[in-house]
Amino acid sequence: MKDNIKKVLLLGSGALKIGEAGEFDYSGSQALKALKEENIHTVLINPNIATVQTSEGVADQIYFLPVTPYFVEKVIEKEKPDGIMLAFGGQTALNCGVQLYKSGVLKKYNLRVLGTPVQAIMDTEDRELFVEKLNEINVHTIKSQAVENIEDARRAAKELGYPVIIRAAYALGGLGSGFCDDEKQLNTLVEKAFSFSPQVLVEKSLKGWKEVEYEVVRDRYDNCITVCNMENFDPLGIHTGESIVIAPSQTLSNRDYHKLRELSIRIIRHIGIVGECNVQYAYDPNSENYRVIEVNARLSRSSALASKATGYPLAFVAAKLGLGYGLFELKNSVTKTTSAFFEPALDYVVCKIPRWDLGKFRGVDKELGSSMKSVGEVMAIGRTFEEAIQKGLRMIGQGMHGFVENKELVIDDLDKSLRQPTDKRIFLISKAFRAGYTVDQVHELTKIDCWFLQKLMNIINTANELEAWGNNHTQLAEMPTELLRRAKVEGFSDFQIARAINYNGDLEDGIMMVRNYRKSIGLVPSVKQIDTLAAEYPAKTNYLYITYSGIEHDICFENDKRSVVVLGSGAYRIGSSVEFDWCGVQALNTIRKEGYRSVMINYNPETVSTDYDMCDRLYFDELTFERVMDIIDLEAPHGVIVSTGGQIPNNLAMRLDEQKVNILGTSAKYIDNAEDRNKFSEMLDRIHVDQPEWQELTSMEDIDKFVQLVGFPVLVRPSYVLSGAAMNVCSNNEELVRFLELAANISKKHPVVVSRFIEHAKEVEMDAVARDGEIIAYAISEHIEFAGVHSGDATIQFPPQKLYVETVRRIKHISREIARELHISGPFNIQYLARENDIKVIECNLRASRSFPFVSKVLKLNLIELATKVMLDIPVEKPSKNLFDLDYVGIKASQFSFNRLQKADPVLGVDMASTGEVGCIGENTSSALLKSMLSVGYRIPKKTVLLSTGTQRQKADMMSAARMLVDKGYKLYATKGTYLALAMNGIPSTLVYWPSEEGNPQAIDMLHSHEIDMVVNIPKNLSERELTNGYKIRRAAIDLNVPLITNARLADAFIKAFCTMTLDDLKIRSWAEYK
Amino acid sequence: MNKTNNKTTENGEATQATLILSDGSRFCGTSFGYEKPVAGEVVFNTAMNGYPESLTDPSYAGQLMTLTYPLIGNYGVPPFTIEKNGLPHFMESEKIHAEAIIVCDYSKEYSHWNAVESLASWLKREQVPGITGIDTRALTKKLREQGVMMGRIVFGDPDKAEQVEIPDYSTINYVDCVSCKEVIRYNEGKDKKKVVLVDCGVKDNIIRCLLKRDVEVIRVPWDYDYNVLEFDGLFISNGPGDPNNCSDAVKNLRKAMSNEKLPIFGICMGNQLLAVAGGAKVYKLKYGHRSHNQPVRQVGTERCFITSQNHGFAVDNNTLNNDWEPLFINMNDGSNEGIRHKHNPWFSAQFHPEAASGPTDTEFLFDKFINLFKA
Repeated sequence: MKDNIKKVLLLGSGALKIGEAGEFDYSGSQALKALKEENIHTVLINPNIATVQTSEGVADQIYFLPVTPYFVEKVIEKEKPDGIMLAFGGQTALNCGVQLYKSGVLKKYNLRVLGTPVQAIMDTEDRELFVEKLNEINVHTIKSQAVENIEDARRAAKELGYPVIIRAAYALGGLGSGFCDDEKQLNTLVEKAFSFSPQVLVEKSLKGWKEVEYEVVRDRYDNCITVCNMENFDPLGIHTGESIVIAPSQTLSNRDYHKLRELSIRIIRHIGIVGECNVQYAYDPNSENYRVIEVNARLSRSSALASKATGYPLAFVAAKLGLGYGLFELKNSVTKTTSAFFEPALDYVVCKIPRWDLGKFRGVDKELGSSMKSVGEVMAIGRTFEEAIQKGLRMIGQGMHGFVENKELVIDDLDKSLRQPTDKRIFLISKAFRAGYTVDQVHELTKIDCWFLQKLMNIINTANELEAWGNNHTQLAEMPTELLRRAKVEGFSDFQIARAINYNGDLEDGIMMVRNYRKSIGLVPSVKQIDTLAAEYPAKTNYLYITYSGIEHDICFENDKRSVVVLGSGAYRIGSSVEFDWCGVQALNTIRKEGYRSVMINYNPETVSTDYDMCDRLYFDELTFERVMDIIDLEAPHGVIVSTGGQIPNNLAMRLDEQKVNILGTSAKYIDNAEDRNKFSEMLDRIHVDQPEWQELTSMEDIDKFVQLVGFPVLVRPSYVLSGAAMNVCSNNEELVRFLELAANISKKHPVVVSRFIEHAKEVEMDAVARDGEIIAYAISEHIEFAGVHSGDATIQFPPQKLYVETVRRIKHISREIARELHISGPFNIQYLARENDIKVIECNLRASRSFPFVSKVLKLNLIELATKVMLDIPVEKPSKNLFDLDYVGIKASQFSFNRLQKADPVLGVDMASTGEVGCIGENTSSALLKSMLSVGYRIPKKTVLLSTGTQRQKADMMSAARMLVDKGYKLYATKGTYLALAMNGIPSTLVYWPSEEGNPQAIDMLHSHEIDMVVNIPKNLSERELTNGYKIRRAAIDLNVPLITNARLADAFIKAFCTMTLDDLKIRSWAEYK
Repeated sequence: MNKTNNKTTENGEATQATLILSDGSRFCGTSFGYEKPVAGEVVFNTAMNGYPESLTDPSYAGQLMTLTYPLIGNYGVPPFTIEKNGLPHFMESEKIHAEAIIVCDYSKEYSHWNAVESLASWLKREQVPGITGIDTRALTKKLREQGVMMGRIVFGDPDKAEQVEIPDYSTINYVDCVSCKEVIRYNEGKDKKKVVLVDCGVKDNIIRCLLKRDVEVIRVPWDYDYNVLEFDGLFISNGPGDPNNCSDAVKNLRKAMSNEKLPIFGICMGNQLLAVAGGAKVYKLKYGHRSHNQPVRQVGTERCFITSQNHGFAVDNNTLNNDWEPLFINMNDGSNEGIRHKHNPWFSAQFHPEAASGPTDTEFLFDKFINLFKA
């Protein structure tokens, strides 16, 4: 070990949010691995309990606490580390570190910042310092002016000339930034930006320039390398997190490439980074003109992507450099023989595509711009651009089959939608080409480089050829092999080919027909290694991808039936995120430990499961039936695990089973019995288990009849959604009609499932592992909110604190019955409704659920390890642990990213909206809740709270909390109904007015003038008026960065927590200390 | 303006082209360049860009250049415009020197503001074959495992196609083929310091790097006896083939080295010739170093550099006599990357400080050389 460092504190990035997601679990895990190798004692602060880095054995001490200066200082005080690492926890960790430096805490505790010095960080974060610094070495930056008030912003914009771009300084992922074409847009945007940061930057816009990034590494000896460069498919103007990104650059000549490379090295040296940084450039498409956009003095989303794209473990190396190593002292971890001081040579092309979930949000602005909205990403690898992009478009999992042969998109104004990019733009390019647009026309509209467009045109041309052939042929054997091969080389899936040739019949059969035919003529893909050196040196790497541009495999297959394939979870999205990465990694670890060969298939560059040293063989490739079968054909595995990767692998179970693939654990037939609503319902009836009444209906009349029977409210789930959320609760006829007319389409072909919605019921989760139908371990947890908030958005406590013993007993009983009936072997989850002791089953998944890492870590019993052993048929003992013995409480709280999703209504409903979660542990509910709420960005209000609390019942629910606030000395503001209700209960408050009302003070004005520290707004119903009024207040709270709670039960719990205890009452205890 | 070429292949179907290695193995693809059978040493280059520079690098004479990066041709070919000093703006010599280019996925369409034609059209104009659709990774692995080997490219049915004799790469004096035939002077000036540049197949960017430092460059043929000239520094260039075929150059070099004060700098072949002149031996590497990412360390320091390389031979460190020492070492395989004389101002680099193509990190070596006589 260098420099005599014995104990290091590492800051994580907290909950996953838009702009700061799984990539920091990956970088943090790598850094901890590097420290461990040096026998350094590691302390990690990260409240994100679903991550791999917060698992046992990764760090020596783990604190599930907010990454804020207050808590970090407390941990420093307690742990007394020698060094701190700030570069591995995204902007959250960096900002926290800068604050600790400025407030003198680091100095006070004599804490060394390992890696890039804080001054260098500040030089890159403060725009003015940054420009000055780069001016010193004659490097051009984008002309911009830092302003601290709105008048200066207007003046700066006038001087620079519109269009301009607005950025909030010190903000992650372009938060509070955007383009303005005129002063009106500027006014709105600048105000918002100031609510996030005291400094706002006004810049000249360079829309249409290329955007290029370099990942640069420097050691303390001033040795520098650029590990990777990347080029954005979308030109400047779209945040790089929203862009399709290609690595390495495709349209840069040697002069271009090395000009920017040389600048990157000049910059990293001058700023004095030790470790890794990324440099983003704007590059003129018509000359060698450039501007530096920004430098991130930390590991970033791009660096995670670069690591996966090249095989160079940037975070691992950066951590070692932080300890004082020189690059020349480290080895290339892929070849194990050559030096880590080198620049990877790729012999493939990589394509990153963002995944959006904008459809989940009511009212959200779908246009892409300088601020990030995507919730995840995929990385596709190929040996042609066409192959990589088509793979990628399938991977994002939005129902697309590639660049062509998709469901037709309906669009009013194609030109406009090409000019103003949305999440659908790439598919609109496909549509435009089909409509006869030329490459040059599309280039004019999009400014996307013609090279990319021409490559896309190649795909269109091949599709046209296939379709033309299909028009007068039916026998695939007659197709010229050259055409079929070209289609595969260009990344066409068997599905696309079947559809293009107009296969007559079920397309699933079509896929098999194409598959069987091409196998019969030997048209099968090759497995290639990612080895960092383009085959120059032998590498025993297990990091693999699959391509049709190859004649041989790089590896040999043992055919020994020792491989166990784990299917990963794919792109992070709302509803499936880092928790399934954790599950996948635990499964891999167990498989390895038990002496099997662990094989992972996944394509998400933000994950730990796609780190090539987590398994024996990593296929960084698609999770489609076709690709999974390709891999299974080669691996001939002992079996496949489909239950640890969320819904994507689960959905493959039946089709894999049909191909005689050995599905480990619960058999496919029973998975289907749980997934199929009718089969599952029949089974529940058979075993006399209750469920909310439901029916699948195909006409408005039938729906009316059903509603008359069960009464409002009802939960409505259309099978075909036109726009907006897929599910909705309707509490009266007006709402029902509105929802079904506007949002959904009902017909025989598109039935709607309507179920009775039970109000004021508790929601309870059962996470468990069974073997041959017998439960061997379980965890029951309880939602704080009443049913109606999606379980992924709910605040969950474990062990349950307020459930009747009777309820728990009944739930255990029913769970046992279901497990037995479905012959469950492996992980499963059942969601229950409980009112009084009346228990109903809502849903059952025969796979790991979102809450597995949370309950596993709170219970300190790894349910996935147990489940994996069961699936491998390894004898396990029933663990003796009992959840009712725990002396502490865990609370899982959700992280929302509404501040990123312009115009979206920040209200919770039956469809999930959160992007991440935290889990904190405390001595009781209040302390755990407070820690977790603070971890997801809530603040304890200083003086004032605005209440507008919904229906009479909800208002009544809030009274005791309101009284506590007043007793604590808070000043309450309330909208009319709430004001009256409070007054009736003798609680003083000040009346404020809704946006639709005349009178002063206006609630919105008070938010703008920062007179309100917290907003509790409980939406009453879905009526137009209510939505508009409430929406405006909710949205203003989000845009002005004022904490907002929209659920009465959660508001009540949170208020009680901060009224009964202070920050000082929160004990600073590591995970291990909760025994 | 971005330029694109929307046409598919001129006559519809592309011609089949096959690479046949001397061990009999075949790699089938299609032709995208000029169709004439060729033969040469099959080598691979792992650089991810710079194909115009590499193709015009005289060191590739006699070789079939395989590019491991699959997508080639993306940014077309820059114009062959000539600078005031007579050197082309964007190329490394006046023509393509490689015998052929072997790629995985040739990009028919190109896009770059500075491109005037496609790679295919350039190859056709200069009558150089190109094959695409080759699993260049599989080919590279073969060369890596079995060493570089001779090969030929044939068109049409490989069993019936016309073939050319495989030349004996090691005995042909490729330096003589590519070196200038007479003395050329650049940036002449009475008060200027003069550098004699021995042209073994010099890349133009070496000349540009010298001229940038405002010296007069006297470019002489590889076997020219420059010792009769008046000059301040001696530079030995890169070049193709086996350095053991260049004994005339070594003879002249030894003569020059009788002046212990004369600054000498060599690059690539220049490194090897300087080593031979100093009494060391040179051996052939199994598959050479051809890439933009070769790490070298300056011996005895913590300074490391990423370098551009293109060589099949290397200096044997163990044969350096007591007056010489290694200056740089390859961090991957420990091979020699440069030497220096312990007392006299003589040094050389096996890699390419002039880059073009490749990283520019070591251009400071030109300053070191110039400072020896200009300070």
